[in-house]
Amino acid sequence: MDMMKFQRFVLACATGLSLSSVTAQAQLSIEITGAGANRLPVAIADFTGERVVSQALVSVIRADLDRSGLFKLIDAGAPLADNITPPFEDLKTRGADAVAGGSVVLSADGRFETRVRLSDVVKQASLGTPAYLHNDGQLRATAHRVADFIYEKLTGEPGVFSTRIAYVVKSTGRYELKIADADGSNDQAALASREPIISPTWSPDGKKLAYVSFEAKKPIVYVHDLASGRRHVAANFKGSNSAPAWSPDGKQLAVVLTKDGSSQLYLVNADGSGVKRVATSPGIDTEPRWSPDGQFIYFTSDRGGSPQIYRIPSAGGGAERVTFEGSYNVTPRPSPDGKSLAFVARNGGRFQLALMDLATKQTQILTDSTKDESPSFAPNGRMILYATEIGGRGVLAAVSSDGRVKQKLSVRAADVREPAWGPLVR
Amino acid sequence: MRALIPLTLLTFILAGCGSQPPAPEQDPSGVESRTPGAVKVETAPVANVKPDSFDPNSIAALKDPRSPLSKRSVYFDYDSFIVKDEFQSLLTAHGKFLAANSKMKMLIQGNADERGSREYNLALGQKRADAVRKSLSLLGIREDQIESVSLGEEKPACLESTEECWARNRRSDMLYSGEF
Repeated sequence: MDMMKFQRFVLACATGLSLSSVTAQAQLSIEITGAGANRLPVAIADFTGERVVSQALVSVIRADLDRSGLFKLIDAGAPLADNITPPFEDLKTRGADAVAGGSVVLSADGRFETRVRLSDVVKQASLGTPAYLHNDGQLRATAHRVADFIYEKLTGEPGVFSTRIAYVVKSTGRYELKIADADGSNDQAALASREPIISPTWSPDGKKLAYVSFEAKKPIVYVHDLASGRRHVAANFKGSNSAPAWSPDGKQLAVVLTKDGSSQLYLVNADGSGVKRVATSPGIDTEPRWSPDGQFIYFTSDRGGSPQIYRIPSAGGGAERVTFEGSYNVTPRPSPDGKSLAFVARNGGRFQLALMDLATKQTQILTDSTKDESPSFAPNGRMILYATEIGGRGVLAAVSSDGRVKQKLSVRAADVREPAWGPLVR
Repeated sequence: MRALIPLTLLTFILAGCGSQPPAPEQDPSGVESRTPGAVKVETAPVANVKPDSFDPNSIAALKDPRSPLSKRSVYFDYDSFIVKDEFQSLLTAHGKFLAANSKMKMLIQGNADERGSREYNLALGQKRADAVRKSLSLLGIREDQIESVSLGEEKPACLESTEECWARNRRSDMLYSGEF
């Protein structure tokens, strides 16, 4: 099949085919519970050269592509270097539409040089030959970049294998704000506390997290620089301070404060200065989120009698109601392209992840679980990460925006919650 | 919970020294007529069970199980933010204490049950904390003496997903200076 056709198809169709595979080493283990039907058959051959390094690389690349639910991995039959013409006829017989081969050589400075060639089997043409210089510690990161390259070439949209996710792990009397690779590996605790931590959210440059910590016996909003581990208070007014959301330019935070009465929306500069109110209602306004173009702020409000989603122009103006069906629609999250809105809807006592097409207002329930919370889009908009509960334990799950591809991410013997998918890093 | 045990004991002691339970009815038959004679008696000292006196508005009263001030929680109905009548006397006692101890500050922490969005529940908990704060304000307590905040669904008193548990989690707790 031609690549362009496949790109359209990825967007259009898939069925609830079930496939099970578990990544065991990662602390946050990912189980694939559903995948798209019309997956692109791709062969990732064993690379030549440095044996141990190339094997590790290839296994991460394959796991990434497999987990996306968009590819069907085909056995290439034999190792394939980047500098030779792939055996197209044989690969065609094996059913592969695309093939990647590569080589890993030790360079003079002790690092590794990994070269990759991705080819279209049908057209018998090269789709690109990226090369990377890396050390042992950058092995997984390199593999994720190769997988991102393959994903983007074959689907036409950016891959998110190199991105990171943040989440909160609760074990007995301990809360940890963790940062991990999108595949759950390399998890590190940015903050550990005896008191709850909620609502982590990434700055647009991926360098900072804003979150709410209860360490002072009340909710206070902090901004935390990940590289240095330093943080500062962004909002600590009388009453509660919560629900931070970054403006698309990273300069401001929308926050919810109760300093003047009930929970209301305010803007503050990221350094905590210049607080000003942006909306007024007699009841609750909370969970602000900017639209990607910065024009609107979506939020949850009970101004109409039940919690529903509204939006206001970020420059100021009247509120417009967005959700109408049902009596409980909360936690709005605009998609990265601004065309749809993920949120949590209550349906007969079940809290489920829903997705609305903002142009048509058509809404689709994406899950069959009962306690979904905190949806977070992958930066390419393809998957939505969210928190849910299985067997009384908090787990993270991800579902594709068409509802077909499903994954479960869990940590042994602990509750995982409050996921936030980080931005693309270039 | 710790406070409940001495309180129960106290109730028991007070009941013992006050009115006696009515004596059982006597069987009218078979009463032997006896002339009192030289019956040997024994005397025993009777313990004085008068309670210690205390100042209801002293700081010590905050932790004294005999004082209503040791009670710190106000519970709410589902989806409700109205302080029920049964808690008015408790809030009046706390209001008197705050008025008598103008340097004491109170942190009111509102809570919500676990169902639904964490941030929305934080806002619901705030409404419960605000309801208690407003009741105290109506009693004349200065705004700078009280702060109402929310812990949302993050600090449940009860961990099961049952109606009974959720009812215990829909509450506002009152904390005094030194306790937060």
